Amino acid sequence: MLIGTLIILPLIAAILVWMMKGQMARTAALGFSIVEFALSVVTLFQLKHSPSDPRKFLSLDCTWIESIGVKFSVGVDGISMLLVLLTTFLVPLIILSSYKNTYEKPNAFYGLMMLMQMALVGVFAARDGFLFYIFWELALIPIYFICLIWGGENRGKITFKFFIYTLLGSLFMLVALIFLYQNTGIDGTGKSWALEEIYKAGRSLSMEHQTYVFWFIFLAFAIKMPVFPFHSWQPDTYVNAPTQGTMLLSGIMLKMGTFGMIRWLLPVVPGACEKYAPIAIGLSVVGILYASCIAIVQKDYKRLIAYSSIAHVGLIAAGILSFNQQGIQGAVIQMLSHGVNVVGLFLIADILFRHLGTRTISELGGIRNVNPTFSVLFLIVLLGSVALPLTNGFVGEFLLLAGVFSFSKVIAGIAGLTVILGAVYMLRSYQGIMLGEANELTKKFGEIAKTDKAVLVIVCIVIVAFGVYPKPLNDLAEPAVKLLLDSIKK
Amino acid sequence: MIALFTIAGLGILALLAEIFKFRKLLSFAVPMGVLAAYCLNFYEWNHPIRIEQFANMLQFGKLELAFSGVLLATAFFWFIFANDYFENESSSADHFALVCFALTGAIMLVSYTNMTMLFLGVEILSIPLYVMAASRKSDISSNEAGFKYFLMGAFASGFLLFGIALVYGATGSFDLATIADSVRIMYAANAVPGFLYVGVLMMLIAMCFKVAAAPFHFWSPDVYQGSPTVVTAFMSTIVKTAGFVAFMRLFNGCFFSVSDKWTLILAVISAASLVISNITAASQSNVKRMLAYSSISHAGFMLMAIIANSQTSTPAILYYSLAYSISSIGGFTILYNLTKGKEGQETFDLFNGLGKRNPMIAACMVVILLSLAGIPVTSGFFAKYYVLAGLMGKGFGWLIVLAIVMSAVGVYYYFKIIIAMYFKKPDIETPVAFESSHAALIGITTAFTILLGFVPQYIIGMLS
Repeated sequence: MLIGTLIILPLIAAILVWMMKGQMARTAALGFSIVEFALSVVTLFQLKHSPSDPRKFLSLDCTWIESIGVKFSVGVDGISMLLVLLTTFLVPLIILSSYKNTYEKPNAFYGLMMLMQMALVGVFAARDGFLFYIFWELALIPIYFICLIWGGENRGKITFKFFIYTLLGSLFMLVALIFLYQNTGIDGTGKSWALEEIYKAGRSLSMEHQTYVFWFIFLAFAIKMPVFPFHSWQPDTYVNAPTQGTMLLSGIMLKMGTFGMIRWLLPVVPGACEKYAPIAIGLSVVGILYASCIAIVQKDYKRLIAYSSIAHVGLIAAGILSFNQQGIQGAVIQMLSHGVNVVGLFLIADILFRHLGTRTISELGGIRNVNPTFSVLFLIVLLGSVALPLTNGFVGEFLLLAGVFSFSKVIAGIAGLTVILGAVYMLRSYQGIMLGEANELTKKFGEIAKTDKAVLVIVCIVIVAFGVYPKPLNDLAEPAVKLLLDSIKK
Repeated sequence: MIALFTIAGLGILALLAEIFKFRKLLSFAVPMGVLAAYCLNFYEWNHPIRIEQFANMLQFGKLELAFSGVLLATAFFWFIFANDYFENESSSADHFALVCFALTGAIMLVSYTNMTMLFLGVEILSIPLYVMAASRKSDISSNEAGFKYFLMGAFASGFLLFGIALVYGATGSFDLATIADSVRIMYAANAVPGFLYVGVLMMLIAMCFKVAAAPFHFWSPDVYQGSPTVVTAFMSTIVKTAGFVAFMRLFNGCFFSVSDKWTLILAVISAASLVISNITAASQSNVKRMLAYSSISHAGFMLMAIIANSQTSTPAILYYSLAYSISSIGGFTILYNLTKGKEGQETFDLFNGLGKRNPMIAACMVVILLSLAGIPVTSGFFAKYYVLAGLMGKGFGWLIVLAIVMSAVGVYYYFKIIIAMYFKKPDIETPVAFESSHAALIGITTAFTILLGFVPQYIIGMLS
């Protein structure tokens, strides 16, 4: 029931927030999202104290469309719990970070954000193929409008490309899911969309059919993440979206793709995954190199983060597809770290833009002399992002590389470049923005707002805390990943 | 059955109104009559009447009553939408009569069991529409629309008649059940005369003309654009639904056994409809013309349900036609109110800044467009879902993939409206005035669009 509440609450919040006037909406949205976070922490404790069998899902199961076997079936295991937590943790931070931006029609803005949260929690908790698809699509609509109504200059065309691109991917996934559904219930139990039935159906398919299913579903996830060469919508969309929209996109929505691969691709067609993993990993690794190289030469800081995001997610995808304990576990942990870090980075880009009216690195410099606190916070977020040991980024990236290494040493070698190149573009940008002498523009930087500082401090605490002591994350992810791999190997 | 009589009676009543001078009453009486017919239809659903009607010419089982219900519900909404169309007409009574007769024809098309009734239904439906399309007498494009529609319609009727004659020649009957039987027997004995196939093909072409599937669609954009918006709405909802049910009864019923001969042809027609319509629609600047192409694309989708040729076909078409009709009526109502006084220039600019001017209406339009584009959780998504699921595993994988790519293209032109509403600046900032009845209608159709998406099982499960 708890998990049902986690989905319903944001929906109710969305309606209430939408009916409010002025900045009341923002406060209410923050309140609701904090309650939601508290609820998800309660869920976490219930999960930890539930009987030793990790298969036991905190779940809710109601009939929805009986004639086609669709159930409103949601539940959490270790992996989805972590992602639900990520969502409910980031949304309040994202709302808090918006306190210095005044958006027109705040009720609609925060209402859409709440709606988005509902869809995201739904995606991570869905245990029914049809429901998963519905939530998956539902997440797209609010973010589209957030980007369209409150976005930057060229938003019309850019958000449009984003929408069509992702929709096309999801439609292919829909076909694959329908196909799987039609193959369920061969042993006479009746057709069903339930996760287990989809797994069973997928594994019983011939290699040829598995191939189709694999590529159709992979396309949807690859576009969402995005993996090279399906990434062309991403940098423009990230740059043009309002900061909070970018945070939602990169912090949480991107994880829909990677999570989807763990839950709805690997276990469904393991045979095809194994067969085509080299190609898919190859694409991911090319994406890592490509995005890193482009990030190095970026002038706009926000665009640089956008490309860095492609690089990071490429490594996550490679880790998942390498199909072993470390790879997948690392992917789960890196999803969380990346989500938190990227929100911090985008907030920093937003702060720079709000204070100085530009994000172009070459026009900045010397902010450290003006505002040392900001520079320290910036540095911590940045180090988390380049995966320095003792930051959260290191834990995930290390496991990921270990996973890819046991898949192929050569690929691991190339993928490892992500760490080096990441350090190059991140440190270069830090040098350009913060170090050196302050110029005319940056002298006016001043103090950062309390709300911004609060968000950055929280982000930094998470970065350091989970970097020093990642055990809680591992404890949650490990058994779930193990279970997943065991069930596939059987 | 009762509904058919009621609607025909209403038509005659409307004709009498001119003589006995109670014209003013009609604008209330006819919609109420349609509503009453809907209720009676519902009554008949629960208390089926078993009589051999007109020597097995018509049949009113669950299926026919369900589709009559769709037609009548759509017609009721349409009458609310069209109220000022009738008010502004000098000869409104005639127009009421025409609409009622067209509706009679539509109900005949969903319930015929005999080829003669099919032909009569097609004609009773079409002839009033020719007049309605040309009803803006002083407008040259409206005249063109009527004329074009008439010529093409007559042409299609010719094909239909020829086809019926050939089928009669091969089977010796007009009765659908008898034809189905003899076709099956001939097919099993491998003794199907070649001219039966010619007849089937001719009827297929005629029906494709009527539902405006490519490459027989050329009349529809001009007719949709030239006709008054209310008439366009009538054509794209009620006429479309009736046409598809007639199509389905013929091919999923009568010519079921020779499906291997026609499914591939239909698949090609469906593919052509999807490709041509979506790609052409993307470059339109006139909204009505765009909607005409979008309607062709929906025809392509509904054809896919007929191609599936299984027990899922009927529920899929039932749901699709209901979802599409309801959303379309809402969309056309919004379009109509925006174009008031600007007939003939229905560009996308009309929607500029609607998100600021009328936020609620704009939100409704978004839901309607999402439904037309087939995005969850609207009814349009489930409509497409059922069609795709029905076709899966029938050896038409290429068509499914094509349909998916094309529905992504479809999003392009629907979203042009959304972008105009929220992104572009309007010329005038003041809200557009909507009549309260129209605003209510938009609200109701939007609510239905979402509701049908949440509980599709009630419609799908209706016939089982």
